[in-house]
Order: sequence, then structure tokens, then C-alpha cells
Amino acid sequence: MPASPLISYARVGKTFDGGRGANRVVAVDDVSLDVAEGEFLAIVGGSGSGKTTLLRLANRLIDADEGHITVEGEDVRNVDPIGLRRRIGYVFQSGGLFPHLSVADNIGITPKLLGWPAAEIAARVDELVDLVRLDRAQHRDRLPHELSGGQRQRVGVARALAAKPRIVLMDEPFGALDPLTRDALGDDYRELHRRLGLTTVMITHDMTEAILLADRIAIMRGGRLLAQGTPAELSDSGDAYVGELLRTPRRQAERLGALLPRDGAA
Amino acid sequence: MNLFADPRWSEALGHLPDYLGNHVRVSVTALALGLAVSLPLAIAARNRPVMRGALLGLASIVQTVPGLALLALFYPLLLALAAVSLSWFGFGFSAFGFLPAVLALALYSMLPVLRNTITGLQGVDAAILEAAQGVGMTPRQSLFTVELPLALPVMMAGIRTAAVWVIGTATLSTPIGQTSLGNYIFAGLQTQNWVFVLFGCLSAAVLALTVDQLLALIENGLRNRSRVRAMLGGAGIAVLVAATLVPAMTRSQTNYVIGAKTFTEQYVLSALMAQRLRAAGLSAGSREGLGSNVIFGALAANDIDLYVDYSGTLWANQFQRSDIRPRQEVLDELKTMLAKQKITLLGELGFENAYALVMPRKRAEQLGIRSIADLAPHAAGMSMAADYEFFSRPEWAALKKAYGLSFRAQRQMQPDFMYAAAASGEVDVIAGYTSDGLIAKYDLVVLADPSHAIPPYDAMVLLAPKRAGDAALRAALQPLIGKIDIAVMREANLRASGNDATSSPDAVAKWLWEKIGTK
Repeated sequence: MPASPLISYARVGKTFDGGRGANRVVAVDDVSLDVAEGEFLAIVGGSGSGKTTLLRLANRLIDADEGHITVEGEDVRNVDPIGLRRRIGYVFQSGGLFPHLSVADNIGITPKLLGWPAAEIAARVDELVDLVRLDRAQHRDRLPHELSGGQRQRVGVARALAAKPRIVLMDEPFGALDPLTRDALGDDYRELHRRLGLTTVMITHDMTEAILLADRIAIMRGGRLLAQGTPAELSDSGDAYVGELLRTPRRQAERLGALLPRDGAA
Repeated sequence: MNLFADPRWSEALGHLPDYLGNHVRVSVTALALGLAVSLPLAIAARNRPVMRGALLGLASIVQTVPGLALLALFYPLLLALAAVSLSWFGFGFSAFGFLPAVLALALYSMLPVLRNTITGLQGVDAAILEAAQGVGMTPRQSLFTVELPLALPVMMAGIRTAAVWVIGTATLSTPIGQTSLGNYIFAGLQTQNWVFVLFGCLSAAVLALTVDQLLALIENGLRNRSRVRAMLGGAGIAVLVAATLVPAMTRSQTNYVIGAKTFTEQYVLSALMAQRLRAAGLSAGSREGLGSNVIFGALAANDIDLYVDYSGTLWANQFQRSDIRPRQEVLDELKTMLAKQKITLLGELGFENAYALVMPRKRAEQLGIRSIADLAPHAAGMSMAADYEFFSRPEWAALKKAYGLSFRAQRQMQPDFMYAAAASGEVDVIAGYTSDGLIAKYDLVVLADPSHAIPPYDAMVLLAPKRAGDAALRAALQPLIGKIDIAVMREANLRASGNDATSSPDAVAKWLWEKIGTK
């Protein structure tokens, strides 16, 4: 592991007050996790595992109760949250696009907030439309509801990249897409991650997706970090839940292998 | 017959620049004030449940207060505030007309704006709010670039509702001294001038629809990011406001403002006094349809210059007296009490508009009834009708006590219908008004009051404090003092209650002057 990780969680805890009369919920419990520069980390877990909370702690959409989080070497508690969010890309589940703004305005929102000149924003938007493989003429001035789900998510990725962040956080970005689109988008993103030298943290509940895209996988359950490592390292984990999670893609692969006739050309 | 050939249409049209202009000014100001208060409040309350509940609750309560009452309530409130401000800070303001109307209407406009703004903002998808935060917006940027634009259609629906309500309710600001399209309606209803009533309703409706459509155009423009449409709508409203300002600026300021309450006789008398002032070379305008509770205060505060009131009304309502005293004593004491408020009692016109027990002449003759004392033995088998307040007034208590009256049944009805009900035998006796022309029309007779249980209601001209030493004004009005007897006033009122062109207050006032001026 490199000497200074780009994102670092050290014994981080977060408890939600469940509101009037409800029980307190420990969402993140004593988690320590480092993400190295250039790494693609996937956080895998079921619903209620605390994975989304963990992600949001990084750009201070949520503030931690315990422990320390550092991003690019600084404790996030000492950083202005607005500035922090502007320099970290964030891809939302099913896009999170502003429905009243055009594709171009959605993509250009963070540069605009940062006060870039209009011409520079326009050029950057064009560049990003190309980068996420959308069509300038066809998509640039459309409203989000006029696009397909896959196209919307491409806009979401472009928006996250607009202000040239070093870090991109993704919250189940491909979860709502059909398998083909999902596959294509995942591959395209992986390529962008490599080409732009990004550091990516992606949340997913799909172990197969995590194995296919990420360098390293962290597994969350009940607010605790159960295990972390490359897929190969995780295979050696003695934890029953981790084993269960890994068995699913393996079994699927075997059954698919058995069910699908071999492509003769392969 | 062609409905629109009636000359009263053109008379109504002549008032339009003044009435419409005032109506637009008061409505637009009230709406602007309502928005300026409601929008920030709604935005501040959107994430504060307690404040939200309190605001919506208060606004709902305000909405349940009838418009007429809300407007009327603001008058004494502001009057008190003006007095406080005068004694504490050395300056007062007029609690009459524009200010109370604007405040009451602004309050009235708040509920739809508050409710729709809060609902609209709360309706914004939580995922979108999170995205706004995630891309690095400050709460303020999120509000202005995401939340308000997305809530806009719901907010605009509320603003449009408020606009229509305010324009409609502004017609009720006439009784507190704010000229509006309601002047047509109040005057028309009292003098049975249906052309005026119709004209007032139609013009208020057209105005409301126009403003609603202009707001819809703005909304449409904002939603579709069409600057042309939004600007067209905005320009439309600006033109409307500007157009109503022009006549206000070019109109010559009238020096003397004559007040009139909301019944026929008052419209006729105010027209008569205006004609006399103009004949004497003084410029005169009128504020008609003022509420009984408002008009005296407006005179005392110099907001109007003169009007006609009745001794019994001042005695019982303004000075809270319930004792029944002989006529001359009442007049003398009133003069003293009025002088304390620096109001001049110029003189009595010569007739009384008092409550009186009235019944059909034939029936009275059959039974040999000439006075209330004669009526008393028959009362147990008779029914009686009166207006909405009579049975709770001191006059009724005094009558019962003086003559031992007890009727088989008591009914309340609209004064206009009372006389016909008596004439048709539906009721036996009514508490009518002595100067009402319908007494003659239906061949009714006023029963004498030998015990003087009912106080005198002499019509008298009152002058505002600032007109106390105005010799020209006194000279112009002097020919009216003591000249109008009850028979003439009854006939004038009867003429004014007709439903044709010769029954306008102006025309009747001219007739009245010819009748008395040549005496």
C-alpha cells in the first residue's frame, strides 16, 4: 500500500438518531479503510449495511461522530464542505440530474458554481459529452426526461467529472440499468478511470459488478467493515458472509457456463 | 328593448378610469405586499415543522374571517395605531381607505401563497436536493437554482389564486373608504341600479381573469425558459399598473370630499351637497358606500370633509348613550359632544330618518289605530318584522317598556322587502324608516309615538375639524339647512329606488334641489 492514501477512514463511527421514540441506529461502526491514489475501490453490502453512509462521510454530505477522515491529506472536518464537494465528483443513484436543466447545464453545474468563464464551461461540456460517448448535436440541449436511463447515467458521470476532480464517488451508479447498458457503461467508466488517473469509490450490492470493475473490494455488514482486499485475497477470508457473497458470482458463472453453448469461434 | 341602450352604461363607463385605477392600485399593492411577506416566510418555514404549522394555521384562520369583516376590522386598528404613532413619534397617518384595504387584502392573499410555496418546496424530490448538495451548492444556491424553479408551477398556482381572491375581495374595500370597482356594486345595490351592479361585477371579473392570464403567461415563460413569454406577461402587468396611474396623476385634486353611507338617501344627499359645492365654485368629490362605523371616524380624522348623519345614530352608536331624551336636549348635547371633537354641526336638514312602527293605512283605519298606544292592545294577535339589528337596539327595548308591546311573532328581513311584506299582509307591522319612499308607495302609515320612546333621528350636516372656519363651504350648504321636509325626502328616496336613468342619485339630487331651491 502507498505511503499516503488519498482517502483514509480511521476508526470512523456514525450513529443516526432514529427520530422521536425510534431506536438509535449505528450506521457505521468503527471502520478503518484506506483508498490509495489511482485505486478503484468497490464497497459491497446489503441494504442497511452502512455502505452509503460510509461514502457520504467522505464529502461531508454526512458528518462523522467518531474517528477521523482525511481526503488528500486533510482532515475533512477542517475543510469547507462546499469546497470539498466541488472538488470531489459524485455520481448519484439513477443520475440525480436536475430535471429543469438541460444536459449541458447539468454537466456544467459545478464549474459554474466554481465561477468558471462561460466559454470555458461550454468547451468543457462539449469535451465531456464526447468523453461519455453522447452525441453533442443530439443530446446537449435535451432535458433529462428526454433521455434513456443509460444516457442519463452517462450525463451523471460527465457531471461528476466536470470540474476535473481527482476523486469520484459513485452511489450504486449502474443499479437501475438493464444488463447490456450496465455492462457497456461499467466498461466505459473503468476505461475513463484508468485514462484520467482517477481515484474511484463505488458502492454496489452486486458482487459480480464489484469483481469485474474494482481493484479492491470492501465488504460491509451491519455498519462494520467485514473484510477488504482484492477478489483473490477475499477468497481466502474465513468470514462466512464474505464466503457467501463470493459464492454467488462463482455459482452463476458455473451455471451460465453449463447452460450456454460454447461459442465455436472462441 | 336594447339592454345596452340604457344611458346608465355610459354613466358607469365614465366612472371606470377612477374606480378601475383605484382597484388595480389597491389590489396590486396588496398582492405585492402579500408576496413580499409570504414568500420569505414560506421559505423560512419549509424545514421547520412548528413554524410551518403555526403559519398555515394563522393564515387559515384569517381566511375564515369574512372579507368584509376583515377589512372593517383594520380600520379601528389602524385608527388606534395612528393615534399612538401621533402621540409617541409626532406623526400620524390616515387609517382610512388605502392603507387598511392594502393590509387586509395582503393578509387575505397569504394563505394560498404560503400553502402552495411550502407544498411546492416540500414536493421537490429528496434525491434532487441531495444531488444539489453533492455537486457543491450552498443552501442558498440550492434554493434559487433548484428548489424554487422546481416548485414554481405549484407556487404560481397559489399566486394566481391569491391574485383572483384579492381582486375579488377588493370590491369590499369601498365601505372603509377605498374607491374600487365595489363602488358600482354598493351604489347599485342600494339604489337598485342593476346596470351598475352588473357593470361592477363584470369589470372585476374581467380584471381578475386578465391578471390571472398574465400571471399564467409569466409562469409559462419561466417554466419553458422562454424569456419572451415571461417578459410579455410582466409587461402586461406593468402596462395595467401604468395605465391606472395615468388618470390618477392627471386628475385634478378635489378639495372637498363628501362622505356617504351605504343607503339610497345618503347617495342622494351626498350628490345634492356636491352639486351645491360645485355651483358655488368649489371642487367636490365623494367617497360613497362608507360603513356606519367608519364614516364618523373618517370625518373626525379629516379624511372626509362633510357628510350627513342622524342625531339618534350619533347618540346611540358614537356616544354610546342608551337614555331616551327629548329632541332639543339631544341636539344640544350632541352639539357639545361634537364640539369636543372639533366637529361642526352645521345644522339639521329638516327631516328625520327614524325607526317607526309602520302598517297598511287601510288596516290601521279599520282598527282605529293611529298611534303605538292604539296598537298595543292588538299586538298579541299580530306579527312584526324589522331589519337585522332592530330587535337588539335600545329603541325596541324602550318601545316594549313604554307601550307594553308583545307581538305574536317577530321576524327579521332585508329592509327592501319589509314594506312589500307589510303591504301584502304577510306581516302586520314593520319597523320602517320614516324617510323611506316605500311608505308612500305601498300606502302605509307611520304610527305616532306619543310617549317619545324612539329618540329623534334628525338628519344633520357635519363638518370635519379642518373645515370648522370655512365660510365658503358654510355658505354653499346653508340653502339646504332646514329645507328638506319628510315628504320631499320620501319622494326623493322613492325616485332613487326606481330602476331607470332618472333614478340616479345625481338626477334625483337635481330634482330635489329644484323642489326645495324654489321654495
